[in-house]
Amino acid sequence: MAKAKIIVVGGGLAGLMTTVKALEAGLEVDLFAYGPSKRSHSACAQGGLNAAVDTMGEGDTPWEHFDDTIYGGDFLANQTPVKGMCETAPDIVYLFDRMGTMFNRSSEGRILVRRLGGVKYHRTVFAGATTGQQLLYTLDEQVRRWEDKGLVNRYEGWEFLSAVLDENGVCRGITAQDLTSMEICSFKGDAVVIATGGPGMIFGETTNSTLNTGYAAGQLYMQGVNYANGEFIQIHPTAIPGADKNRLMSESARGEGGRIWTYKDGKPWYFLEEWYPAYGNLVPRDVATRAIFKVCVDMGLGVDGKNMVYLDLSHKDPEELDNKLGGILEIYEKFGGDDPRKVPMKIFPAMHYSMGGLWVDFNQMTNVTGLFAAGECEYQYHGANRLGGNGMLSAIYGGLVAGRTVVEYISGQESGHKAKSSIFEFEVSRQKEEFKQIYKMEGKENPYALQKELGEWMTRNVTVVRYNNRLQETDNKIQELMERYHNIGLDNHNFWCNQNAVFIRQLWRRLQLARVITLGALARNESRGAHYKPEFPDRDDENWLKTTIAEYTADGPKLSYEEVDIQYIKPRVRKYDVDKEVTMNG
Amino acid sequence: MADTIRLKIKRQENAESQPYWEEFDVPYQKNMNVISALMEIQLNPVNAKGQKTTPVVWDCSCLEEVCGACTMIINKKARQACSALVDQLDKPIVLEPLTKFPVVCDLMVDRQIMFEYLKKVKAWIDVDGYYFAGPGPRVPEKVRRFAYDLSRCMTCGCCMEACPNVNDKSTFMGPAVIAQTRLFTLHPTGEANKEERLDAISGKGGVAECGNAQNCIQVCPKGLPLRRAIGEMNRLTFSHSLKKWLKAE
Ligand code: SF4
Ligand code: SF4
Ligand code: FES
Repeated sequence: MAKAKIIVVGGGLAGLMTTVKALEAGLEVDLFAYGPSKRSHSACAQGGLNAAVDTMGEGDTPWEHFDDTIYGGDFLANQTPVKGMCETAPDIVYLFDRMGTMFNRSSEGRILVRRLGGVKYHRTVFAGATTGQQLLYTLDEQVRRWEDKGLVNRYEGWEFLSAVLDENGVCRGITAQDLTSMEICSFKGDAVVIATGGPGMIFGETTNSTLNTGYAAGQLYMQGVNYANGEFIQIHPTAIPGADKNRLMSESARGEGGRIWTYKDGKPWYFLEEWYPAYGNLVPRDVATRAIFKVCVDMGLGVDGKNMVYLDLSHKDPEELDNKLGGILEIYEKFGGDDPRKVPMKIFPAMHYSMGGLWVDFNQMTNVTGLFAAGECEYQYHGANRLGGNGMLSAIYGGLVAGRTVVEYISGQESGHKAKSSIFEFEVSRQKEEFKQIYKMEGKENPYALQKELGEWMTRNVTVVRYNNRLQETDNKIQELMERYHNIGLDNHNFWCNQNAVFIRQLWRRLQLARVITLGALARNESRGAHYKPEFPDRDDENWLKTTIAEYTADGPKLSYEEVDIQYIKPRVRKYDVDKEVTMNG
Repeated sequence: MADTIRLKIKRQENAESQPYWEEFDVPYQKNMNVISALMEIQLNPVNAKGQKTTPVVWDCSCLEEVCGACTMIINKKARQACSALVDQLDKPIVLEPLTKFPVVCDLMVDRQIMFEYLKKVKAWIDVDGYYFAGPGPRVPEKVRRFAYDLSRCMTCGCCMEACPNVNDKSTFMGPAVIAQTRLFTLHPTGEANKEERLDAISGKGGVAECGNAQNCIQVCPKGLPLRRAIGEMNRLTFSHSLKKWLKAE
């Protein structure tokens, strides 16, 4: 019998972890990505990876990590998978350690840990200030090792187009397009794992990479995969505003002693330290973001009257800063123009991460049998707000779980299952037809201009502070953009490397997901984690301790709700001006 | 009229077709980089002569100089377009694709060869498996720092572009892969396969073909310690060959 084969879409941390796990179990893997893995967005993750390795003897435990994650996520995350993630985290660190990731070391040569927001322990392992890049490279090297043995086929420079489903709705493969020759083909797989990252581009200027297009998640949603908790969008408190993107200033800057301040009555005012004495500058992201927003927008106290505050490291030893934060200081110097070792940095919040994503079960399988998801494109690990240092962890852990469960799934299948070739032919022709239609677009609208409008509306109304009337207006706007989409004109008609046509196709999926995010937010009349409505300032467990599920219909998303798994930790009020209450293990 | 800046771009429809130059005037914005200038062309694909044209094709991802995708030749220098700030560049800004790699379309090139070289020198750690087996070997922080500096290579190709010995007529694999070989001979586990790696890097296309011109060191955006890596690899391959030769005698 031929070897079982899986398809992995996405060459970042989650996709690569799935890949090596599946390869180790003896499966063959077809790995699809926009480009070489080294270009994927995981490379941008800076701060580090949380794991209760407790190398500093503080008494940190996986349970504490679990509790911080649930508490930080305002109790919206299902507790069983989060518990599994936190318990596995130390092993994950040691696995990467064995694979050669160059984590910072103590004088004894042991792995060093730092503190990040929302946490009282030193729990984040890091490799300089480019931890994501380092972890990603480590996995990329491992995949190359298998590639050398001919067991993994890398399709780099390809766009996943759609899932191929059989007559019973089971996923049997995908269609994809070579982005150079523009050829559209289908690929068979005994299981498909989607690991395509977040949908940042919906918000225009964000901290995300340009390849976080949201296409795959949007397309799958349109094919019947449920999308969960879309309204939970993390705004990173400290980004460097820019013309093409807002560059992240890692939370590790606060972790290494960075202080946030602005001028009030002519004197420096350390408002986070004043408002949140227990956590100070290390409050979680949503809390820091709202505080900065309040100081700038409501109180008008931004630096130079603009929407900016200071993030100050100038009191720290420059050499130590270089060793621990070198990479991110370089970014500020390069793009911001000043030396952060000498003068305070100017920062403002920017869209950063989507807690929501494709709905998956505890085995990382979506509601479509045979179709799995891992990493930022799924919703499972962060609830209403993600803690710094948990993003890469969830991508790697999700990948590990998917890599394991696809093996179980495939061995549970009747052997020698033959999917009918007609389902592949049909899907390929459907994709070719859509692409052909794009070549016929001769309208007046420019797709990049529509995208810009979408980004501006979403950023203005569906990020830090949300009002129901503005959410409604935004949904109306998105629908208007959907109308105008049909009046787009294509500027490039070549059948070679046509980024223009590809962009148009992606835009349609982004518009779909934008509605999911906006309408999810409109419906949720409470404030929880990153979702904040001044009209409903409190968390409302009685009505809203539930997961939002969006299902695609031709008339827009249909929302329903699902119970949250809270079997281990009882919800309690979340506040950071005082220390967190202790919960009992077990 | 608002301020504009002039871009002069070397374009090429596909791998086989002839390159040509096209110029664009794009609206100026404070703090803009070459990527945001190219994005302006997408919004309005009209050249400086006022003719409608196709949007320029290029590669990018992170926009913060960490992924290496957007490498191109800007005013005669190989560098990342995302960290090339328009205010700091002479005008017109001249953009060309890298010359040491095949052009795919316009400013986009195919750097696959660099990844192939990484396979040749087995640039990975041969772990037993991806199960949990406790911590890896301890690494002194001093060694770790050197290794970390080497491991930041984003395979962007600037060093290949600058190296006079990387060309059509030579088989030289270039500085980036030498640095990666150094990295993996540095790691305590990686050292175990040192011999294989040294074989790969001491043969054809290996470190001996470096003419020590040191152009690569000047251009590496990540400041890789290439001088030290090349020097040490020279020494390691030398004693490796000597040992082999003595054994053969
Ligand atoms: S030192 Fe010179 S010859 Fe050697 S790799 Fe660098 S640029 Fe090329
Ligand atoms: S060594 Fe430097 S210049 Fe060469 S590919 Fe790596 S990062 Fe780029
Ligand atoms: S886009 Fe990643 S280096 Fe420029």
